Amino acid sequence: MTHTTSTAPPASHEPPPAAAARRRTKRRTGPARSWRDHPLRRITPWLFLLAPLALLVTFTYVPVANMIYYSFTDWDGVSPDRNFTGVENYTQLFTRPELFRVFFVSFYYLAASAVQIVIALYFATVLSFDLRFRNLFKGILFFPYLINGVAIGFVFLYFFQDGGTLDSILSWFGVGGDHAWLGDPESANTSLAGVSVWRFTGLNFVLFLGAIQSIPGELYEAAQLDGAGRWQQFRHIIAPSIKPVLSLSVILAISGSLAVFEIPYIMTGGATDTSTFVIQTVKLAFQFNKTGLASASAVVLLLIILLVTWIQRRIVPDDKVDLV
Amino acid sequence: MTTLSTPTRPAVSGRRTTAPGKRPRVGTALTYLSLIVASLVVLVPLAVVFLTSLKTSREVTDGGAMSLPRDWLNFSNYATAFNDGKMLTAFGNTAFILFFSITGTVLIGSMTAYAIDRFDFRLKRTVMALFLIATLVPGVTTQVATFQVVNSFGLFDTHWAPILLYMGTDIVSIYIFLQFIRSIPTSLDEAARLDGANTFTIYRKIILPLLKPAIATVVIVKGITTYNDFYIPFLYMPSEDKGTISTALFRFKGPFGAHWENISAGAILVILPTLLLFLFLQRYIYNGFAQGATK
Repeated sequence: MTHTTSTAPPASHEPPPAAAARRRTKRRTGPARSWRDHPLRRITPWLFLLAPLALLVTFTYVPVANMIYYSFTDWDGVSPDRNFTGVENYTQLFTRPELFRVFFVSFYYLAASAVQIVIALYFATVLSFDLRFRNLFKGILFFPYLINGVAIGFVFLYFFQDGGTLDSILSWFGVGGDHAWLGDPESANTSLAGVSVWRFTGLNFVLFLGAIQSIPGELYEAAQLDGAGRWQQFRHIIAPSIKPVLSLSVILAISGSLAVFEIPYIMTGGATDTSTFVIQTVKLAFQFNKTGLASASAVVLLLIILLVTWIQRRIVPDDKVDLV
Repeated sequence: MTTLSTPTRPAVSGRRTTAPGKRPRVGTALTYLSLIVASLVVLVPLAVVFLTSLKTSREVTDGGAMSLPRDWLNFSNYATAFNDGKMLTAFGNTAFILFFSITGTVLIGSMTAYAIDRFDFRLKRTVMALFLIATLVPGVTTQVATFQVVNSFGLFDTHWAPILLYMGTDIVSIYIFLQFIRSIPTSLDEAARLDGANTFTIYRKIILPLLKPAIATVVIVKGITTYNDFYIPFLYMPSEDKGTISTALFRFKGPFGAHWENISAGAILVILPTLLLFLFLQRYIYNGFAQGATK
């Protein structure tokens, strides 16, 4: 968080003395004095920031403030009058089991993210060594991340259909019987979480691969001269150097699994207990016109995500994530 | 994780450096096997949908999912999907939104980066903090209230709702520009200023052209994420004639019901542009997404 505010750009690849010199020239000689004292000089940055700040405030800060306000009312989103109801919405959220249940669905996706990170780590390590068709494999593994979510939803609806792709493949291996994959809550949530692994592993993989490939080759050579095996190389060279990216992936995984929307909404519409936090919030707000309750639910989600981010920052204090 | 160790277990012979032929056969074979299995997991669901898109409606109902189409050049499903699914309008709407939101993002991002990096002004830290804190607020959570803001501007169900939202909430691009603008020497600005250029001319004639690599990154990343976005057009543009690629494809669910050959064709039509772009711009795409995710 802090590294971006400091003056010395930590990410620039130029040698530090040059950077320092550059800063100094900027400070000392700078533009002509008349320009420095010119009143225009004081407003110019604000002219450039006018539009960006207006958009930022209108579409991020105003909504957050409004959302907190709505969450204490019983507003339906349309009518002009709204009543202040205190923490009523929050009490409902935590006491009505059918509203609370969506939290548990997140655990499926959380587990999926763990699987996803392990798979990505494995393939990133494997493909960081010289292999035949390396680029082809890299491309194949990454491509799902680029595919349109709705298309993925349809691809896997067909995949999980009765007598669909999955059933056909399983029957080749002698595992017979059509199974309604999206039929019962447990199997449906597992299947949907599986789709999310399929979709997002590629991003984690490319992030890890980038981090691994930025390790200078001499390190491996030195390690090999010292007799280190592949596993020891992974343990002592690769693992430490991808720690920042790994911690970033974990945080993205946690906030991502709380904010799942597309895949379950497209595939099941939230039926058979596959509704997630965001699906429920969208339904509350836009189908049942319970803006107050939906806002409370969104505030809770926001707080959880902020909490997770904060914890991560405490555990991994300001590790700079610089890949490219 | 255990498989990680398989490639070269014999740590002792590790001194013989990396020649691939000297690795134990089994380890290498297992590595390739895992890669092939993973590739199949990725490709099979897609390939099946492609096969389905070439089948006739009879073939789909009678044959199994993995059966091959009789006529490999049966593109009639594509025609149906394209015409009845209003795909042309959808591609048009998406292109319109893409054009304005990308141009806007580039301008907003580069202007912000320019102002923050090249000027010292009061409240600079506050401004930076505002942008930083905003990255922590996930867009999906605030839509309940954002919707009311957009609605109060009378932008609901217009193209401008998604355009403004894509432009106004993209802080990642600002970071990509900020990162890059630091590597452009300030001496260039000063030389231009001595030649009588004002700050706006410097921004337009010097900074913007030199930011080209960063612009390319932002255009690619932003382009693909906007093209694929479903949530925002779904919430803000419910009318059918304003459908984007994602929402138009989503509507296939109703009228085409169980006509999987048409749905498949629609899905393939949506995936195809992404695939082509990926094949041509692979390197930029990897770098772009890596940069975008880590900032």
